[in-house]
Amino acid sequence: MAYFSQQLINAITLGAVYGLIAIGYTMVYGIIGMINFAHGEIFMIGAFISLIGFIICGLLGIGSAPVAILLVLLVAMAFTAVYGWAIERVAYRPLRGSFRLAPLISAIGMSVTLQNYVQLTQGARPKPGGQIVSGGYNLFSADGFDVRVTWLQIIIVVVTIVLMASFTWVIARTQLGRQQRACEQDMKMAALLGVNVDRTISLTFVVGAALAAVAGMLFLMYYGVIDFFIGFLAGIKAFTAAVLGGIGSMPGAMLGGLLIGLIEVFWAGYFSSEYKDVAVFGILVLVLIFRPSGLLGKPEIEKV
Amino acid sequence: MGPRLPMLLKDAALTAFVAAALGLFIVGFRTVDVGSTKGLAFDYQFVDLAVAVVAIFVGRLGLSFAADGQRWPALVLGTVLGVIGASPVRLPSSFLHWFVGLAGLLIIARTLWPSAEQAIDQAKRFPQGRRFGVAGVRWLAWILLAAAVILPVTPLGDQKTMDLGVLILTYVMLGWGLNIVVGLAGLLDLGYVAFYAVGAYSYALLSTQWGLGFWAVLPLAGAFAATFGLVLGFPVLRLRGDYLAIVTLGFGEIIRLVLINWVDLTNGPAGIGSIPGPTLFGAVFAEKAPPGGVTFAQMMGVPFSGTQRLVFLYYIILGLALITNLFALRLRRLPVGRAWEALREDETACRALGINPTNTKLTAFAIGAMFAGFAGSFFAAKQRFVSPESFVFIESAIILSIVVLGGMGSQIGVVLAAVLLIGLPEWFRDLGTYRMLAFGLAMVLIMVFRPRGLIAHREPSVRLHARAGGGGG
Repeated sequence: MAYFSQQLINAITLGAVYGLIAIGYTMVYGIIGMINFAHGEIFMIGAFISLIGFIICGLLGIGSAPVAILLVLLVAMAFTAVYGWAIERVAYRPLRGSFRLAPLISAIGMSVTLQNYVQLTQGARPKPGGQIVSGGYNLFSADGFDVRVTWLQIIIVVVTIVLMASFTWVIARTQLGRQQRACEQDMKMAALLGVNVDRTISLTFVVGAALAAVAGMLFLMYYGVIDFFIGFLAGIKAFTAAVLGGIGSMPGAMLGGLLIGLIEVFWAGYFSSEYKDVAVFGILVLVLIFRPSGLLGKPEIEKV
Repeated sequence: MGPRLPMLLKDAALTAFVAAALGLFIVGFRTVDVGSTKGLAFDYQFVDLAVAVVAIFVGRLGLSFAADGQRWPALVLGTVLGVIGASPVRLPSSFLHWFVGLAGLLIIARTLWPSAEQAIDQAKRFPQGRRFGVAGVRWLAWILLAAAVILPVTPLGDQKTMDLGVLILTYVMLGWGLNIVVGLAGLLDLGYVAFYAVGAYSYALLSTQWGLGFWAVLPLAGAFAATFGLVLGFPVLRLRGDYLAIVTLGFGEIIRLVLINWVDLTNGPAGIGSIPGPTLFGAVFAEKAPPGGVTFAQMMGVPFSGTQRLVFLYYIILGLALITNLFALRLRRLPVGRAWEALREDETACRALGINPTNTKLTAFAIGAMFAGFAGSFFAAKQRFVSPESFVFIESAIILSIVVLGGMGSQIGVVLAAVLLIGLPEWFRDLGTYRMLAFGLAMVLIMVFRPRGLIAHREPSVRLHARAGGGGG
């Protein structure tokens, strides 16, 4: 029981991070119907900017952890968002109306480019992030085993919940959200009714990148070490989460992230940690074969 | 320079500003380890960043001039950047030399592009011109083939060239194999390297465990890889194009992870070593013959030399690649090949015409996998060592970028792209570090500027009513 509870806490933490990345995939897919293969790399860049931000905070002598985290969070979100905007502008926008696989191939190229860009500029070695928040709280003890939730895990879950709540509000209530949903349903009609489609799509990438940056910062704080390659695996897992929840659906992305976190942690905890990635890839394949619309998605109707 | 100058300047300034924002953290602060104690320190790179931002400003301005039709300012800016890039003026890093120089070339190419295109269009308007174009490509193919065949006996065929030739030809073969899947059938396969791995491990295991020879295993490896293609393809080929891409990527990773973790069979990350090389009528390519065997040098009565083995490997891969090419060219004209091309263009229409999309795609997938299997067992025989490290996703991405750059569906394009992408970085060692960066950028730029590839070619292989000089190859 104690072991199970501990695994559950770890799984929810991990699932929160995947959910944040998955939103970026699902939003972009919903609005322009493409898999933004470079999104995992945006997450990785967010983690690197956070790492550099924390070191700068250290040099500036900002000692208080909450202030440092808040500052780094804002800086990482802002600067990673520029990456999201620039990638859409350079690699995807010129391809609207090109043949169907063109944006995906361009996205793969962008992903390879960004990975090697960071490898060249920051080096290939893993970067230790140091511990920013330590300590935790013992929930209960059973079978001689302390079930412990760290402050960091609480921060991760709280940040995720706050972001998801405000994000849901943005989509449901604001001008941007309405325009986004309009573009999702019918881009041409939205344009005719005065929605600036290009701007809306750009903003979608910006928001997705900002959320991925938060995920990157949380990942850095949780694991304490990053390298230029983390985006690949995390990206595929988050994409799996988005597909599992139903790609194009926001609550689906959060649910999918949580489920992928649970599957990965429990697989590693009860079966074998070597095959935990195989389990996630297996889920991806199975979902796409048997239920391509995911758990909360609407089935796609093919029109000629 | 016209009244639009302030607008272009503003645009270039905005681009430079965005570039500065992008680079500020990732480029400006390089994190370095400080000894073994914890923590990182900064190595500030602001000068590099500033040079890059200025180059981007000038580059964007040049491209805007070119797009605006103001050729002279664009050419001047392009030349200035090109000269700075090529000159011994010391920029902070060699990367910046490449960066600045290539930006200059890009501007010049972009400026001269419209007139070049106009000339080609004009030439195409005459039937002679069109026929000359088709014949030109055909001649180029024969010349390249002849050069490839005689290369080992010319003075150029030293160890380094032969090594490079074998490497390029391996990628040409993989490119041609993947071209069947991506170029002809229009299925984006991101896990192609998995079949390559199946072929390589088939030979590695069958030769080291059961003592089978290269020529016996070669067809088996192809058959195994094709079977894998069928088994993996059957459930997923119903999916839409981009989903299919991700699932094949997932399969590729699953196979790699199984190779790493199934230590009993594959020896895990340590890999399988001392794999025997291919033999010629039973003769081995080594200094000393194994007990009861004979070496190639003894058989031919010539002194032993290390290049003999390389030349032999070179001709094997040349033969395998040519078989792949011939097979693909013939298949295109068969009903199944026509069905692939039709399916690529419009799946719904094909279904309405009674083509079974799943079976048709499955044949493309399996045939593509088979050639990857052949190439894989050749790779194992050449390296004499296989490990999961050789079969990572980036290999699939390299093969895909060769196909994409060559123009999906074009056979000669694959050759040129392989020479360009594999040959150049090996030749200029300096470029090797930036090779993957260049691959990624090339994929993006090709999609943005010439989505049909360097050699645009997406004509149907067979036409109902033949056009003058039509048909393709």
